[in-house]
Amino acid sequence: MSDQKLRVGLFVTCLVDLMRPSIGFSALKLLESAGCDVTVPTSQTCCGQPAYNSGDRAAAQSLARKVVAEFRDCEYVVVPSGSCSGMIRAHYAELLAEFPADRPEVERLSARTYELTDFLVNVAKLDRVPGRFAGNCTYHDSCSGLREMGVKKQPRALLGQVPGLTLNEMATPEYCCGFGGTFAVKYGEISARIADRKCEDIASTGADAVVLGDLGCMLNIEGRLKRRGDRTKVYHVAEVLAGMTDE
Amino acid sequence: MGASSGARTMNAPAEGFKARAHDKLNDAKVQRAMRNFNLAGARARGIADLDNFEDIRTAAAAIRDRSLASLDLWLARFEQEATRRGTKVHWAETHADINRIVIEIARQTGVKKIIKSKSMVSEESHLNDALEAEGFKVVETDLGEYIVQLAGEKPSHIIAPAIHKTRDDVADLFAEHHKTPRKSDIGELTMEARKFLREHFLSGEMGISGGNFIIAETGSLLLVTNEGNGRMTTTLPRVHVAITGIEKVLPTLEDASCILRLLTRSATGQSISNYVTVNTGPKQPGDLDGPEEMHVIIVDAGRTKLLGTDMQEALRCIRCGACMNHCPVYQNIGGHAYGWVYPGPIGSVLTPNYIGIENAVDLPNAATLCNQCGVVCPVKIPLPDLMRKLREKQVDRGLRPWQERLGLKLWAWTAQRPGIYAFATKLAARLGRSIGGADRTIHRLPGNGWTEGRDMPAPKGKTFRELYAERKRS
Ligand code: SF4
Repeated sequence: MSDQKLRVGLFVTCLVDLMRPSIGFSALKLLESAGCDVTVPTSQTCCGQPAYNSGDRAAAQSLARKVVAEFRDCEYVVVPSGSCSGMIRAHYAELLAEFPADRPEVERLSARTYELTDFLVNVAKLDRVPGRFAGNCTYHDSCSGLREMGVKKQPRALLGQVPGLTLNEMATPEYCCGFGGTFAVKYGEISARIADRKCEDIASTGADAVVLGDLGCMLNIEGRLKRRGDRTKVYHVAEVLAGMTDE
Repeated sequence: MGASSGARTMNAPAEGFKARAHDKLNDAKVQRAMRNFNLAGARARGIADLDNFEDIRTAAAAIRDRSLASLDLWLARFEQEATRRGTKVHWAETHADINRIVIEIARQTGVKKIIKSKSMVSEESHLNDALEAEGFKVVETDLGEYIVQLAGEKPSHIIAPAIHKTRDDVADLFAEHHKTPRKSDIGELTMEARKFLREHFLSGEMGISGGNFIIAETGSLLLVTNEGNGRMTTTLPRVHVAITGIEKVLPTLEDASCILRLLTRSATGQSISNYVTVNTGPKQPGDLDGPEEMHVIIVDAGRTKLLGTDMQEALRCIRCGACMNHCPVYQNIGGHAYGWVYPGPIGSVLTPNYIGIENAVDLPNAATLCNQCGVVCPVKIPLPDLMRKLREKQVDRGLRPWQERLGLKLWAWTAQRPGIYAFATKLAARLGRSIGGADRTIHRLPGNGWTEGRDMPAPKGKTFRELYAERKRS
């Protein structure tokens, strides 16, 4: 690593902010371990994805433009979520097509926005992870991270460095968990059934914990596991890598 | 039919989605059948032997785009070439036109008994019902379609129509309708169907088929089948009527050969189907077999409305079924829940476009947008993007419930104002924490579908923002 520190803006995401701050602090710790100079813009709220996927384009646009402005000065934008980073990288250009004047700035943002594990492996080249974990884990590939951000090997490479951790793969780790944002609320019954297939697959690995990179999917999987009476733990990959699984 | 105009009709076919999905999720037989359903695995094995699958996808999408870009020209060319070779080409602007044209041909040729191979377009117009109402006898000859017809149902999948049925269901149906001793071995059941169907093939006077593609340069009809029933239906009866959509035209046979490499692999994992039939005109002098008359009905019924719009990409579809085979929603609820002819992701896009956005409000929303469909679609239709665009159209047309619209507006308004947002989330985090109680889990949120099937891990009590500020201060 060069002595010039990477200047990273951390986009915490609205869900992490509200539901599970430890993921944000884990991301912070990992980025700092990788030698980054991290700022956390305090005006940040949400990337606009819930509105975008609900068809409220105007609301999504106003939030997207806010994100574009907030992270203008950061060299990189790192997000502990495949879904929110995917929103920025894969969808902002289309979403903000009606604002041609914003275009260069939107493209600049998309190009330097990364999902956390992708950034740690491919940009910051983190070579030692702080966490340790005693037990078996299985990794769930969340849809947006996998199919929009190409996140597949990166988290596994990092988890492979965690002392004590063994990774048991599911039969279908790439199968959707059934979350789908507001889908889980609007079509709760279907969503829970999809989650069942995921829970069965997790159980068949015998893992102590399922690890993944998106809090939305975590809440869905954890919620369904609990309802089924399954005590398998659910962790964000950042929590495991940072050794912050009990916060 | 022609339900595409006018106000929202509460009894529109694709309404009632949630209730149907609920029924299917609680139907043990359907669930058993859907658990056994794994064409996705077949596809994965089928594409493994191609090292340039992605390149072929790109080429295939380009071929389909080329067809759609000059659809009028290719269709005119098809009509010219087909007519030159003795095929009669008909144009059906609406679903009602399809039925009218088929009935006219049947009357003019004096047929009584009609056999059919698979045609999803004829499902759009409820052709069988229309023919039976006019006194014609109609027999489906695709095994899956035959089963579905005996059961008095509709297909639940575009290439595997009876996928929602278990072997036991079929054994019962055959015993009841064939009046034979009940068999439960799949081989024996198939042989029994074969025996009964053979009679129908030999006595059918008109054969109705779909058309996977029509080829402009030669005026041919191309059919892809596995059971051979397509070939029988199109050659044994003295009249052959093919029904296909306007979007199914391909400029050349060369184009078709590229598309076929993807179609069968994406559908069933086969490198090629058992039969690929290219019919070019009726029986010619000197031909040993073939129908005396060949008709092709080319159907619009809502398709031209998509041309030149942000929905046009949906018309690339080659009906392989891969999107539904890989869809977590379809895999759980099956095809009937969707309520109209085409289920799964492509159905969720086509149905609102064909029968009216207001008549299929659930469909584009009942998807996780996981994009597994978009990844497998052989002609690269961006299905989740199209569903999202349909959601935007619903919002624009005021088709979403007011609570949802208000909720989104309030939330977006707050999220624009970091100070108010910080305060609101601070309260929400504490409230959630206290509802969560000792086990830090919310078990019930009134009126929220989430907790119908799962718990909600409770917030931790403080937001990241608060904790981060505390840390900075200390
Ligand atoms: S949308 Fe694509 S995957 Fe679905 S049936 Fe059509 S061609 Fe196949």
